[in-house]
Amino acid sequence: MGKKILAVDDSASMRQMVNFTLRGAGFEVDEANDGNMALAAVQKKQYDLVLSDINMPGMDGIQLVTALRKLPNYKFVPILMLTTESGADKKTQGKAAGATGWIVKPFNPEQLLKTVKRVLG
Amino acid sequence: MSIDLSQFKQTFLEESEEGLEVLESGLLALDSGTADDDVIHAVFRAAHSIKGGSGTFGLNEISDFTHIMETLLDEMRDGRREVSQKLINVLLGSVDVLRAMLDAARDESDIDVAQVEKAKAQLAAELNSDNSEAETVATQQEKKVVTEIDNDKIGWKIVFTPFEDMLKTGNDPLRMLTELSYLGKYEVVVDDSKLPEFYALDPECSYLSWSIYLYGEIEKEEIEEIFEWVDGECDLSIQKLSEVLPTDNADLHLKQANIHQQEQAASTTVSKVPEDNPVSITPTKRNKNKGTSDPVIANVQATVDKKTEKVKEQTKPVVNKRKSADSSSSIRVGTDKVDSLINMVGELVITQSMLSQLGEDFDETSLEKLRDGLAQLERNTRELQESVMRIRMLPISFAFQRFPRVVHDLSQKMGKKIELRLSGETTELDKTVLEKINDPLVHLIRNSLDHGIELPAERIRANKPEIGIIHLNAYHMGGNIVIKINDDGAGLNRDKLLQKAISKGLVDANDNLTDEAIYELIFHPGFSTAETLSDVSGRGVGMDVVRRNIRELGGNIDVKTEIGKGTEFTIRLPLTLAILDGQLIRLGKEIFIIPLVSIIESLPINLQYVNSIAGFSEVYQLRDEYIPLIRLSSILNIPSEFTRLDEGLLVVVEADGNKAGLFVDDLLSQQQVVIKSLESNYKRVEGISGATILGDGTVALILDVSGLVDLVRDKKQLSSVVGL
Repeated sequence: MGKKILAVDDSASMRQMVNFTLRGAGFEVDEANDGNMALAAVQKKQYDLVLSDINMPGMDGIQLVTALRKLPNYKFVPILMLTTESGADKKTQGKAAGATGWIVKPFNPEQLLKTVKRVLG
Repeated sequence: MSIDLSQFKQTFLEESEEGLEVLESGLLALDSGTADDDVIHAVFRAAHSIKGGSGTFGLNEISDFTHIMETLLDEMRDGRREVSQKLINVLLGSVDVLRAMLDAARDESDIDVAQVEKAKAQLAAELNSDNSEAETVATQQEKKVVTEIDNDKIGWKIVFTPFEDMLKTGNDPLRMLTELSYLGKYEVVVDDSKLPEFYALDPECSYLSWSIYLYGEIEKEEIEEIFEWVDGECDLSIQKLSEVLPTDNADLHLKQANIHQQEQAASTTVSKVPEDNPVSITPTKRNKNKGTSDPVIANVQATVDKKTEKVKEQTKPVVNKRKSADSSSSIRVGTDKVDSLINMVGELVITQSMLSQLGEDFDETSLEKLRDGLAQLERNTRELQESVMRIRMLPISFAFQRFPRVVHDLSQKMGKKIELRLSGETTELDKTVLEKINDPLVHLIRNSLDHGIELPAERIRANKPEIGIIHLNAYHMGGNIVIKINDDGAGLNRDKLLQKAISKGLVDANDNLTDEAIYELIFHPGFSTAETLSDVSGRGVGMDVVRRNIRELGGNIDVKTEIGKGTEFTIRLPLTLAILDGQLIRLGKEIFIIPLVSIIESLPINLQYVNSIAGFSEVYQLRDEYIPLIRLSSILNIPSEFTRLDEGLLVVVEADGNKAGLFVDDLLSQQQVVIKSLESNYKRVEGISGATILGDGTVALILDVSGLVDLVRDKKQLSSVVGL
């Protein structure tokens, strides 16, 4: 049984790409379109890693991290932000909210896998 | 490992198209000052997503280009940059360029480099109009170059002291220690001096710190990268071993002794250093940046490479401008629609199993049940059909959302003040219809802008508000979708139209034409009333093309106008091109189908109302108007059962505001028919719009009512029309 990952991004192509890449590497991946969907998803399943975009309509990535860290089950679960190099202040905000780290967009599947494996071993 | 990303490219491109719409409408809203924070955030997000996606999918030109846009938008978002009309125009222009680039990516054709460079230059000029940003970029780059790596040192001492709450961001020190171990040989000394007594220990806190000795030719960046995520959550010092004071270094041996002593006590999670790991410094075989150890040189090399690449690209001949076959063949469907479809199929399966069970031991007593089952099957089939149709339906906003831009650009160009009002954007219609209605709509809007709405000064003179209004409205009516384009401009000038038509020989000066007939003239091929042809509208393709396009969709268009008050175009379209409500009629032994929407009434013929007009065959007096009487048998060359008019029936149809009576043998049932193209299976036949297969398996042709009416109106040689 592969580790469970939740991929949160409002862009369908991003989600597909993340899902495809990680699934191929034996992870179990679920998708969520935004923060609210992600919060609903984590109530149903215990994920080993949450990957979240920062810029999303509705609840954005940073609000999501803040909310997740308040859940006892997700206090220490790694959360990676998908961000861009131009979003330096977002990184800081994300970190302050409790994010574990980030993956800089654009990334290719190899980079994504490498980073995810870094966290999940 | 390599993963083929092309499969996601299509999704990305579709999504980008939506992003472009958001960008465009958002920028327009910003321009008109109606935008709030949400809009600018949405605009930024759109640019941001396109940038991220394009980079991921290897579309680097797009990514680079969007990056500049994004930087500008970011500054606008943070209020660091004033929103000016010029800035908006530059950004709108770059949206166009971006669209062209994305189109090129989809078609796998070449990007117009000159155009992109020009837009880039404009964006850069905007960006540099405030120098502060550019400067920081420059210094950052300098910094990068200055960060030198001294390669002749062979190892690092890293002191890593996580703050107590580092675990709370999901960062496990073990991960960093493990990753360091991948870089080369290393030794770790743990400092557990801060570890409290057991009862005071908070399992959610981190109390340990480590000194790591890492040996080998390792770049500092590689180490920094490992600790990148915990910057600000720990104290970290990375020192070259050669610069570490011997006294500092000595603690390694002391601490090592310490570690052995406390091995059991310390609840360290550090993976143990292999015993045979030599403490002495051994150069490793790592020799990563062979030949390009100087970053400056490496940089220059990279730029040169890029440049030659660019030249190559530019000189590449334009070949293979292949339109990918699947460019528009996919459709994004809301999950609710798919869910309802699945639901329907589920019900169908239940009905099927019920019927097959019934069939196994059927006797007369089950007849009632069979009837129920069949009724249920019919309902399932109908619902399933409706659900499937809904999948192809898209809101008309997909077409509407382009228009604010058109109006914005054109009204600026022509010095007119125009407000575009949209309503009924959620009205859904078939994707194919939607795609094909776009051009006619753009043309009509351009027309209203160009010919309809007057210049502000003129409007004031005419006691009208300075700002003209174009109203675009869509709604469902019956089985149709109605789109109205309404302007409060000058209206059509009846006399001018008539004069023009006479001078062009389209009508005779003595013809007594109704107002409606005169307004209809604008749809006549080659008719244009604008004194001079502008590039806005009236470039040869005119309203006749608009009408033809709409007719091809099985719809029609008419115009209402009042001089000085404005003009209104009404387009009626079928909801879908795939299914039609039809009236079956009989002609001799053949069955034909007349679209129900075009039928007004059917009646037995009273011979006293039939008149023959020279050269116009017969007309029928229907109450107070005369309508041409069309004998289908002679047009279609099919022997009919009846030749005497009072034996058959007259079906009164209307197309484009013209009525006609079709003489048929008999009316049969009404039913929904699935339209099959005649053109793709046989050839185009005038007067026939398609074919269908009836319940008994026979093929029936569908009559093209507006085509038939036109045939008669144009007084064409009727007998030679249909060559079936």
